[in-house]
Amino acid sequence: MATTADTPKLRPTGRARTGWDANPVLRWLRANLFSSITSGVITLLLFALVTKMLVSFVQWGILDAVWSVPGNDTAACRAARGLGACWAVIPEKYRFILFGTYPFEEQWRPALATLVFIALFYVSCLRAFWRRELVLIWAGALALIGFLMWGGALGLSFVSQERWGGLPVTLILATFGLAFGFPLGILVALGRRSKLPAIHSVCVLYVELIRGVPLISLLFMASVMFPLFLPDGVNFDKLLRAQIAFVLYAGAYLAEVIRGGLQAVPHGQSEAADALGLSYWQKNRLIVLPQAIRHVIPPLVNTFIAFFKDTSLVLIIGIFDLLTTAKTAIIDPSWQQFSVEVYVFVAAIYFVFCFAMSRYSKHLEQIGTGK
Amino acid sequence: MTLSLDNERFRALLWQIAVVAIVLGAVAWLWSNAVHNLSARRIQVGFAFLGREASMPITDTWLPYSPKDTYLWAFIVGVVNTLRVAVVGIVLATILGTAVGIARLSSNWILSRLAAVYVEVLRDIPLLLQLLFWYVMMQALPPARGAWKPLDGVFLSNRGLVVPSIPLEGAQFGVIGAAVIGLVLYVLLRRKLVALQMLDGRPRWSWPYGLLLVVVLPALISWLSGVSWEVSVPALRGFNFVGGWTFAPEYFALLLALVTYTSAFMAEIVRSGIQSVARGQWDAAVALGLRRGFVLRKIVLPQALRVIIPPMTSQYLNLTKNSSLAVAIGYQDIVSVANTTLNQTGQAIEAIALIMAVFLTISLGISLFMNWYNAHIALVER
Repeated sequence: MATTADTPKLRPTGRARTGWDANPVLRWLRANLFSSITSGVITLLLFALVTKMLVSFVQWGILDAVWSVPGNDTAACRAARGLGACWAVIPEKYRFILFGTYPFEEQWRPALATLVFIALFYVSCLRAFWRRELVLIWAGALALIGFLMWGGALGLSFVSQERWGGLPVTLILATFGLAFGFPLGILVALGRRSKLPAIHSVCVLYVELIRGVPLISLLFMASVMFPLFLPDGVNFDKLLRAQIAFVLYAGAYLAEVIRGGLQAVPHGQSEAADALGLSYWQKNRLIVLPQAIRHVIPPLVNTFIAFFKDTSLVLIIGIFDLLTTAKTAIIDPSWQQFSVEVYVFVAAIYFVFCFAMSRYSKHLEQIGTGK
Repeated sequence: MTLSLDNERFRALLWQIAVVAIVLGAVAWLWSNAVHNLSARRIQVGFAFLGREASMPITDTWLPYSPKDTYLWAFIVGVVNTLRVAVVGIVLATILGTAVGIARLSSNWILSRLAAVYVEVLRDIPLLLQLLFWYVMMQALPPARGAWKPLDGVFLSNRGLVVPSIPLEGAQFGVIGAAVIGLVLYVLLRRKLVALQMLDGRPRWSWPYGLLLVVVLPALISWLSGVSWEVSVPALRGFNFVGGWTFAPEYFALLLALVTYTSAFMAEIVRSGIQSVARGQWDAAVALGLRRGFVLRKIVLPQALRVIIPPMTSQYLNLTKNSSLAVAIGYQDIVSVANTTLNQTGQAIEAIALIMAVFLTISLGISLFMNWYNAHIALVER
């Protein structure tokens, strides 16, 4: 327990450990659960509460739950309504929730793309890969994912974006948003620290404008205003428009994180680079940025977590990400009443991704990210 | 200035001109496209539509509203609905977040573990999903006739939460106003007393003045002028409730989701703020013989607040911006009203510009207030 480590515990000293005191379990119980009367009362109350909640959850989620029903006949589920969960909805609908309306026989492709995403995240987390070549790995992986999803070559049939859905869309929005928002964020962060007043003000305006308004208004803008701003005949697909909104959004937030990293690099580094006669871009590319980004890897991971959750907002403009497919799956009249089960299932997927990332970020903070 | 690329000032000027030209050029190009497209669709640019009849129903509102009112009034009703969620949400989330943050630091193992689980679970699930979940739960509640009654006069049903209330009108607001004036006077007086104590070192009690100004005098005014403070207890009539104060299910679900989600982030901020205060500060204060509550209030908290306030400000801003998710469950905040307007009139640019203007104003307001507060408590280096 890191949180209580700095509060010194009262330990009996200079006294022979006899009776309950000799038993380490009882000693632990006393120190951590019954150290005072208030603490003891809190322990007992919370223990009762947790037990009650666990018992009713196990009752609802496992003991009284309906795990499968014949066909679409949800009579058993309706009978258990209010008492037990209807998990039968998951095996019935999981393909739609995970992959949306992607052609059913081809759904191994989005599944494989999801695995490529996970492998990409895993590789990016390994310290040995924190080098320039990582950019190439990302470019290769993203190209492979695009190929898997679109197809249209090497014997894979073409699948247009309108049919994509579910988990891959969530991962695409988050990852591509990060991949393109990151360079944008670097440029804006450098611009915001620039001494040139015009460039500085353009960057400040961009960052503050994007961060001052809710993401929904940017998504509305992407879905309704974009078509108005483009010349006749030019039109993007809805998913691409949302993706552009996400890149702009990510750029502003990442710029602020990177700016924090730039501020943490000692001024002497930049002065030394100037003394060596490096140009502005050489100085930043070779000396300042590598150090700055190392400083901010944990907050970058946190930004990515927030970003991953924020992709769910595309529900409001009708793009089929994981949350939208979940909500659509339960429009089916025979399953309509069992939305809680579907939401729990989807929440578990989001939780696994975000929890893994937040653990990783915490781990980085503990060991430090410097060399 | 020599006009050569070797001249640093000239180069800087060139860069800036290039960037500004690109930005202005892009904006001009987009704008000319928009003007062309809008005229092709016969949509008139401008805010003239705000004066037209809105004919959109808004059910849950504090202001008098009917579908016959103008779009402008509908927007104002929407802004008030946004503020209603944001302000109440910020207050409740701060209280809950502080409580959970302190619970995480508790020496009681089960309490600190529970707080940690609360934080992890709520932080790692998208807010929109939590919002939809709470809304479904609200809809699954029993109808008004079979409402749950956790306390006498409190009803929880699929019509929302109904609680007893005290109807506030002119006279009651007068008394509350008197108490507020009393509070301001008390704060000024107390400042004066502290300044006097700084001069001669003699402690002076200020609380009797506080009691007099904030409680006794307003109560006397209320009693003399015969203001009624009768509690209106809700009761079931037919299919709905009469009396009391009703929180619509949409409002209640939105508030619940926003408060629990944001409090998880606030708990982490409060925890790290308290942990940032060096242990020696506690020890030194205890060595001086100060009481525990006094140490917390005068020594630890002021130092922790310096760490807590800036990230807390961004959580306040986040909560306000996240209240825009209301549109997903049909609570009519500014975004929802603007979205309906957009669908009815096709005035996309104006509607979105209004959303952005409202949120930028609110964000700026919160930032200014919190910056003022932060400067107020910041470390004064001597």
